[in-house]
Amino acid sequence: MNSLFRKEYEIPANDFSVAGEASSSVRKLLNQLGVDPPIVKRTSIAMYEAEINAVIHGNGGKALVQFFEDKVTILISDEGPGIEDIELAMQEGYSTAPDRIREMGFGAGMGLSNIKKNADEFVLESEPGKGTRVHITMYLL
Amino acid sequence: MLLSEIVKTINAEVHTCGDEMDLMIDSACGADLMSDVMAFSRGNVMLLTGLINPQVVRTAEMMDIQVIVFVRGKKPTPEMCDLAEEKEIVLLSTELSMFCACGVLHRAGIVGRGMSSE
Repeated sequence: MNSLFRKEYEIPANDFSVAGEASSSVRKLLNQLGVDPPIVKRTSIAMYEAEINAVIHGNGGKALVQFFEDKVTILISDEGPGIEDIELAMQEGYSTAPDRIREMGFGAGMGLSNIKKNADEFVLESEPGKGTRVHITMYLL
Repeated sequence: MLLSEIVKTINAEVHTCGDEMDLMIDSACGADLMSDVMAFSRGNVMLLTGLINPQVVRTAEMMDIQVIVFVRGKKPTPEMCDLAEEKEIVLLSTELSMFCACGVLHRAGIVGRGMSSE
């Protein structure tokens, strides 16, 4: 099925002051479309966590968001160092974030598991040296 | 509890959205770790924190938190105030410590609703 419309966003590297702009924009669109507030909130949380990860770990990246009648698909991709051990990275509390990120209140090792918890579908693709792709699907009905 | 009463209770300074004082607040969470706010906070509309950076406002936006209280006399930056005005989030600051601010508000009837593990 073709998407109704799509949005693309640049996620700047290491610029924490604008991290979250893409998620904020998608949140606004979902509200304008009249999507159920709890679904908007889960979508916002999942996308924001992935966006923050791209800023912290991926040297920035891109977000591609496609809106369908019954779902929204979000792809956050970066060309950063990739994840060596995905199973380990998924464990709550495991983090490779540097201190300067922890001082900002992030990097506690909760992000990936929180995406999984909030997304209806979540696929993580990553290989060392080949970047990371986070696929999130949210059903709207 | 009306936000205007909360402002009095913790002797807070109002930095943004001063016209929202008739908001009703019945639950709050206190955290310096935004990761925890994102992962555990459920249905709280007020956040108390000692952390100062724009991501605190962003996190509040994503979590439907309408009021942020900065403790220990910390003040939000102009950049944070601009973002909060845009997102219609009330920013307050109090001289009280995190422990005391939470204690005073809890005694006044504000509860902690829903860490997800509860």
